[in-house]
Amino acid sequence: MSDVTRMTAAQIAGLIASGETSAVEVATAHLDRIAAVDERVHAFLHVDREGALAAAADVDARRSRGEELGPLAGVPVAVKDVIATKGIPTTAASKILEGWKPPYDATLVERLRGAGTVMLGKTNMDEFAMGSSTEYSAYGPTNNPWDLGRIPGGSGGGSAASLAAYEAPLAIGTDTGGSIRQPGAVTGTVGAKPTYGGTSRYGLIAFSSSLDTPGPCARTVEDAALLHAVIGGHDPRDSTSIPQPVPDVVAAARLGATGDLTGVKLGVVKEFAGEGAEPGVIAAFRESVEALVKLGAEVVEVSCPHFEYALPAYYLIAPSEASSNLARFDGVRYGLRSGDDGKRSLEEVMSLTRDEGFGPEVKRRIILGTYALSSGYYDAYYGQAQKVRTLITRDFTSAFEQVDVLISPTTPFVAFPFGSRTADPYQMYLSDLYTIPTNLYGGPAISVPCGLSEGLPVGFQIMAPTMADDRMYRVAAALESAVGTLTPPEL
Amino acid sequence: MAAISREEVAHLARLSRLAVTDEELDRFAGQLDVILQSVARIGDVAADDIPPTSHSVPLTNVYRDDVVQPCLQQDDVLAGAPDAAEGRFRVPRILDEEE
Repeated sequence: MSDVTRMTAAQIAGLIASGETSAVEVATAHLDRIAAVDERVHAFLHVDREGALAAAADVDARRSRGEELGPLAGVPVAVKDVIATKGIPTTAASKILEGWKPPYDATLVERLRGAGTVMLGKTNMDEFAMGSSTEYSAYGPTNNPWDLGRIPGGSGGGSAASLAAYEAPLAIGTDTGGSIRQPGAVTGTVGAKPTYGGTSRYGLIAFSSSLDTPGPCARTVEDAALLHAVIGGHDPRDSTSIPQPVPDVVAAARLGATGDLTGVKLGVVKEFAGEGAEPGVIAAFRESVEALVKLGAEVVEVSCPHFEYALPAYYLIAPSEASSNLARFDGVRYGLRSGDDGKRSLEEVMSLTRDEGFGPEVKRRIILGTYALSSGYYDAYYGQAQKVRTLITRDFTSAFEQVDVLISPTTPFVAFPFGSRTADPYQMYLSDLYTIPTNLYGGPAISVPCGLSEGLPVGFQIMAPTMADDRMYRVAAALESAVGTLTPPEL
Repeated sequence: MAAISREEVAHLARLSRLAVTDEELDRFAGQLDVILQSVARIGDVAADDIPPTSHSVPLTNVYRDDVVQPCLQQDDVLAGAPDAAEGRFRVPRILDEEE
């Protein structure tokens, strides 16, 4: 049989269901692949070989008893290290949580286990999901399988790289400002940010609670939809979870794969179609738009005048929420405690612990958020950013009265070399220029590979109205049927 | 003109319970100044009469049925703490014990 690590999740599930291979064989092949290449890629912070083989054996036992298996039973999945996994180290790539083993599973992890997927381990990321390159991981960066000297995107660079390196067919990410989509774009993989509230945040280590959205990462649109369907849906343990069923994203992906977009109206975001992006990114985007027109889609230009203020609004709102959320890391309940010599006060120990445990980007954002929320600056910064958030939402609402989905490149530039954007943090922030508006609005968006620029992958972003996640899967699958998937060079 | 001074950064770090070093203060002050100068143009948007959005999901007062459910075991929770004693989190002293 051919190499299962090169197969899609749907293919793997089919082979397991029909008995042509076993879940244990599939898990072993992926664990062996990780052992062979992860020293160079560093997609994983923790590999749970024992747990994966036990979960796989359980699937095989259930199958042999004739039990009905779900559509992803036996398929391996990698989980971003910001998501709580019972008894398995969960660090958010921070020193402050080094060695911490959560006493419970996140809701989406429960659902992954319930669906019979096989968790391989925890993937690398920027510390607390703050960054666009994994260079802010306290445990060293992940290397892009397309070029090991370049960033894999961030914050979910480990999840995306694990797919591009054929270490896993599926992965879980979280998207606060683009942390699923931008890594998908620069690694040539698919990354979907569901509607905010469409996937549960219970068990996700909070960064910016009004924006954080867990979602699927895969090598094909159909695989992403299959994973989305497993993890999505209402969760009573998350008070912002939407009490409605998730649209049928799998059916939408399969419909899109037929390559017919007749009657679908796409809106090119005027403000994101030219300025600020590399020429090769713009060229790949335009070619893809032409391909979608050939499939029957109608394309119009739509202006979203407030999108240019999304980046500033985000870098006031997200750090403000982070400065509050990260107050819980106080050296008392979990993780690191530093300087507790029996003489120092609680406040001194807390301050020493947080200075030692947090990396530079996390500290910058805590300080920035504290500033934006402080008396005298609140109205001008945080308050104004919340008003601009309303205006961005209105831009989306008005655009979706004219078109079914909005389209743009996912990120302005292809994978950049390590170290090229760390000196000036704002240069790093520009990575998320096109992905951030969606987070402020709360709708779904997906990045799908659309070609190469300078030999590196370019991502195509499709944004849909709130709770219309199916629409973006349909268009994404149609584009995939036209331009194909990307295959990275051999490692 | 700088948007934020080194002294302000030091004050904010204190409020945030971050015992930053002098070297960190020097670095962060410059970087935060660049970031704040870049985001300051948010003030250009005329938004006086616009209501703020704190959240994209229009849900308020979400309740669940008041039913007792199992919770985490004390030992499991304390297992992750840096220090525990007598079934509780142990913390450094909070009150000054000097006479």
